[in-house]
Amino acid sequence: MPLELDISHLHYSQVNKILRDYIEKGEREFILRGVNGHRYLFAGISAEIKAQLYGTPGLDLGAFMRGPEIRVFGNVQDGAGNTMDEGKIVVHGMAGDVVGYAMRGGKIHIYGDVGYRVGIHMKAYMDKVPVIIIGGKAGDFLGEYMAGGIIILLGMHSIYPERPLAGLFLGTGMHGGTIYVRGKVKESYLGLGLKPYALDGEDEKILEKHLKEYCDDFGLDLSEILKEDFIKIIPYTHRPYGKLYAY
Amino acid sequence: MGTPQFASFYPDFYIERLWEKCIKCRRCVKECSYGAHIWDEKKKTLLEDHTKCVGCHRCEAMCPTKAIIIRRHPSEFREHALWTPWFIKNIYKQADQGGVLLTSTGCALPFKNYFDHLVLDACQVTNPPIDPLREPMELRTYIGPKPEALEIEEVNGKFRLKKKLPPLIKLEVPIMFAAMSYGAISLHVHQGLARAARDLGTLYNTGEGGLHASLYEYGSNTIVQCASGRFGLHVDYLKAGVAIEIKIGQGAKPGIGGHLPGEKVTEEISKTRMIPVGSDALSPAPHHDIYSIEDLRGLIYALKEATEYKKLVFVKIAAVHNVAAIASGIVRAGADAVVIDGLKGGTGAAPTMFRDYIGIPIELAISAVDKRLREEGIRHRTSIIASGGIRSSADVVKAIALGADAVYIGTAALIAVGCTMCQRCYTGKCPWGIATNNPELIKRLPPEVAYEKIYNLVKAWAHEIKEMLGAMGINSIESLKGNRDKLRAVGLTKEEMEILEVKHAGE
Ligand code: SF4
Ligand code: SF4
Repeated sequence: MPLELDISHLHYSQVNKILRDYIEKGEREFILRGVNGHRYLFAGISAEIKAQLYGTPGLDLGAFMRGPEIRVFGNVQDGAGNTMDEGKIVVHGMAGDVVGYAMRGGKIHIYGDVGYRVGIHMKAYMDKVPVIIIGGKAGDFLGEYMAGGIIILLGMHSIYPERPLAGLFLGTGMHGGTIYVRGKVKESYLGLGLKPYALDGEDEKILEKHLKEYCDDFGLDLSEILKEDFIKIIPYTHRPYGKLYAY
Repeated sequence: MGTPQFASFYPDFYIERLWEKCIKCRRCVKECSYGAHIWDEKKKTLLEDHTKCVGCHRCEAMCPTKAIIIRRHPSEFREHALWTPWFIKNIYKQADQGGVLLTSTGCALPFKNYFDHLVLDACQVTNPPIDPLREPMELRTYIGPKPEALEIEEVNGKFRLKKKLPPLIKLEVPIMFAAMSYGAISLHVHQGLARAARDLGTLYNTGEGGLHASLYEYGSNTIVQCASGRFGLHVDYLKAGVAIEIKIGQGAKPGIGGHLPGEKVTEEISKTRMIPVGSDALSPAPHHDIYSIEDLRGLIYALKEATEYKKLVFVKIAAVHNVAAIASGIVRAGADAVVIDGLKGGTGAAPTMFRDYIGIPIELAISAVDKRLREEGIRHRTSIIASGGIRSSADVVKAIALGADAVYIGTAALIAVGCTMCQRCYTGKCPWGIATNNPELIKRLPPEVAYEKIYNLVKAWAHEIKEMLGAMGINSIESLKGNRDKLRAVGLTKEEMEILEVKHAGE
């Protein structure tokens, strides 16, 4: 039985303290109700636990965390998965700005739209490859400075039909990792020097693997998602600033 | 013929070999990581490529017969007060290569050094000086927020504090080691700094390159850094030290991020930074989750929350025009210490224009920040840590008298381990084994040597500080903090003295 808590009248640090105490005692599943702008939930928590959150978590959900699997029934504010290490965040709604900043591992699945500066400076190392999947559209600077990992942008469940799939400066300064986009993006929206490429067999395998999990999370039909072609954006060099200097 | 490379026509240095002393042992050829000494196998003699010499003096120091002298190149341009060789050669370099001028260390221009215009007081007749050899003299400093007032209660006839004090960091000397990342400097230097910090009762700072596995044991003397690149930053790292420093800016290059070139990302560094071997480690100019004081508060508390409020959070900024207002915002955002790095703060690599022209001198910044925080009634909520151009124990004393709680030293610690200020750390070929990770070069500076030198330096400074305090009739560094009455200006303008809040000598 998951432990159920109504946190509507608690301060975030009390909530985290309570969570830490229960985790210490061996509790592994939580249901948090009345989540209402609480910041830093699960920040720095290092444990294999599962949690369902009802409401709207505030800034930096799961920052620095290692392990928890968090499912949010609602939207999340800015900074979800900030410098996250391992674990998973599933959001049955939209997410704010800077999702997955400098994320180094784990997964973030967002059903709907995300704000600006998502996936900035994600990095990968050895077997740690972070993944962000966005079901809706993304604002400017998606994947800026990306050093590793995978971002998949679907643009399907957006509440903004008039907006482009991704905002400006997509992948600016990226020097590692891959961004997959379902459909097309105008080249003028891409960061300097970047180009869209067609997928190869390897890409398709990766994409299918991650999207299958995404579909399972939200009860979606994978074939529907794969109906349209994807493009991929990869760095044009791993040393974008290698020739910048005079010695 | 290819395009001429003008910069290569005019070397900066001249390698003079005293042939009557040279025994052709070829040590210099081995020592020079830049290839300025060449062995001519056919003629069985030594050659020099002056254009490659960076003036590090390694060969001169290592030559067994002292047969080498490194001089400024004697060849001269016609004098011109405006177009000095420095500017002429920089233009050649850029015309040749079309890039940003890169350099290392701190500002090299002779901007007024305020420390050199401040003199200290000493007791004469009316109150006697204190002799630190005879009487206890305290350099102990506590870093972190102090309560507004102490509430004391009596329980069973004993007095005690009503509320627990927030965590503070105890330093036995008010000198810490500034952030220098593993990657920018060698692991041996890090090991030396860590051990010296432990034995001196102070802290060293990991810089932004993560923490090497061998250094976790020095946790209680460690400040870990959280910079915009967030390299090697995970929960264990955040919890490893006693404080977390959010690096917003750096005196040597305010307003820009860091960049460890792929050449320097070796196997070990890749493990620590958690990025692939050979890839550039780029730290963006801003933290992309911080665009305001409110956002800064966001990160400060994310870090505190993630570490269960057991660690202090410092925020480091470069001293720039509005430093006082910025520092006030930082304190209100919840920083336990504000680190201010002045114009002369060093670096492993910075664009020359940034190093030399951006930022303000640390002396003015300390005083301005201290004053502003006092005026706003929030000085006790934070500690001020000053850095950038601290060259001697007298500079430490002056910085504290101007309002700092403690200082960071970086360049001074490197000079202690042999750095000759050649200003070429960015090449990764430091012949002294300091700013390099070349496996052959780092052997030149074993960790024990680094430890011993750094330890000696700070021990010596600590003693000098005690002597100076004693001479002023003070027996605790606490009484010196912000005590500008112990300072007098020599040759400063009214305005400068106002900012420093010091009187002129004779007043
Ligand atoms: S190290 Fe000194 S003695 Fe040996 S070859 Fe070089 S200059 Fe000659
Ligand atoms: S650390 Fe090495 S490369 Fe840097 S200035 Fe000192 S001697 Fe030169």
